[in-house]
Amino acid sequence: MGPSHYYALLLALVFAVAAGLVGSFAFMKRMLLASDVISHLALPGLGIAFLLKINPVVGGAASLFLGAFLIWRLQRQTGLSSDTMIGVVFAAALAIGAAVTPNADLLEALFGASKELSLPGFILGSTAAGLVIFFVVRLKNQLVLTVFSPELAAATGVPVSRLDLYFLFLFSLTVLVGLRFTGALLGSALLIVPAATAHQLTSKLSQFAAISCLVSVFSVSAGWLFNAFVSRSTTPGPTIVIVSGLLFGLSLLKRG
Amino acid sequence: MGNPVLSVSNLCVSFGSRTVIRGLSFKLQQGDCLAVIGPNGAGKSVLLKALLHLVPSPNEIQGEIRWSENSRLGYVPQRVAADRQLPLRVKDLLEAKARFLGLPATDVSLVASETRLTTELVDTRIGVLSGGQLQKVLIAFALLGDPNVLLFDEPTASLDELSEERVYESLHSLQKDRRFTVILVSHDLSVVYRYANMVLCLSKVRTCMGAPKEILTPQLLEELYSAPAKYYQHVQEHGSG
Repeated sequence: MGPSHYYALLLALVFAVAAGLVGSFAFMKRMLLASDVISHLALPGLGIAFLLKINPVVGGAASLFLGAFLIWRLQRQTGLSSDTMIGVVFAAALAIGAAVTPNADLLEALFGASKELSLPGFILGSTAAGLVIFFVVRLKNQLVLTVFSPELAAATGVPVSRLDLYFLFLFSLTVLVGLRFTGALLGSALLIVPAATAHQLTSKLSQFAAISCLVSVFSVSAGWLFNAFVSRSTTPGPTIVIVSGLLFGLSLLKRG
Repeated sequence: MGNPVLSVSNLCVSFGSRTVIRGLSFKLQQGDCLAVIGPNGAGKSVLLKALLHLVPSPNEIQGEIRWSENSRLGYVPQRVAADRQLPLRVKDLLEAKARFLGLPATDVSLVASETRLTTELVDTRIGVLSGGQLQKVLIAFALLGDPNVLLFDEPTASLDELSEERVYESLHSLQKDRRFTVILVSHDLSVVYRYANMVLCLSKVRTCMGAPKEILTPQLLEELYSAPAKYYQHVQEHGSG
């Protein structure tokens, strides 16, 4: 493995910490399924970027953030339920993405790729993941109050609606950093599964976020190594997600 | 009489074409305990939310709500539909509010002892609390930040009679100790008689305000609730007791 492979692995580990942290709050906000849809919002942008031969990250970022903002606005203005939003957005994003993505690139868009990573790409990705970690830690108290009761949080002075938008953006940024490893289809798996595993293991808030991060980091490390030395597939995404799924299965034994 | 703690003038709240509160004006002084009564749908909870600036769109509120500059508000809602699966203990919640408001960590233990939350209860996950325990936690939550005005939206709606009695007794002793101004939405007229010095009656037909014994006449109650006068007599017995 050359330095570019190490950059990719290091970025995957920083992404894992951010995903574990954001996922723990997404779990408490009961937006895990909705957040699964958010990762699919990247697909149309990725497809258009492949089509126009521009950097896929730019295309993915554009459609991800635009889509996240539209969901936030639509939910505020129409009062549609999360179920409805999930149904509509999931179908539309997947259909547009599949229609515009060239066949040769579809697999990479859906499941990610284990490509080498340049130093600037590593710095950009790590900065984005670092920003996510910084802001989630900074907004932690406001998020806890909102998770308990949006109404009480607002009465305490928390800007609830703005906080929802910030969180949606932090979530989208995390998905964006992870896109290269997991692709649009598995994009939010590392935000969902480690948090669900941590919930099986603790009822304390401080331990919950920490365990979620640990499970996420272990899944990335083990999945990456397994892919590099055993399965040698083009992308580590599926093995990473399989490891996290296995850890969730093991966590069920504790409560079972 | 000093400056009012709260001054409401010509308040109108509507949702779409439906007007819930129309042209409401009143003032409250420090230490007042105002009970807001009225039938379901009269706008009692909406009034509290408007006073707390929690009504969603500013277009839906007209008129003026002015709190005195040194007002610090605490709010106890009717109920909180907290997710039973939340990995959140009472302590986590109280500490999150204390840290958000920049309060010292000792304030959490102070309100916990003031509201008689045991160490065991403070360490309990919120999802497994009983209705009465959760209500005590909500009162402790409201008291963090040293409020001088407390707003209660039917704080005992989901409690049995004994728990209800305990909640009101502890509220009353807190109010005496700290000279809170209290705004209380309640369906229970015996509570109104015992603890309130002012009553605001809201209904679609009329709005009125005054001391409980002056304005809670059998005629008014019948008009408000379309209830027979015997309901009033029963309440009077409670009130005088």
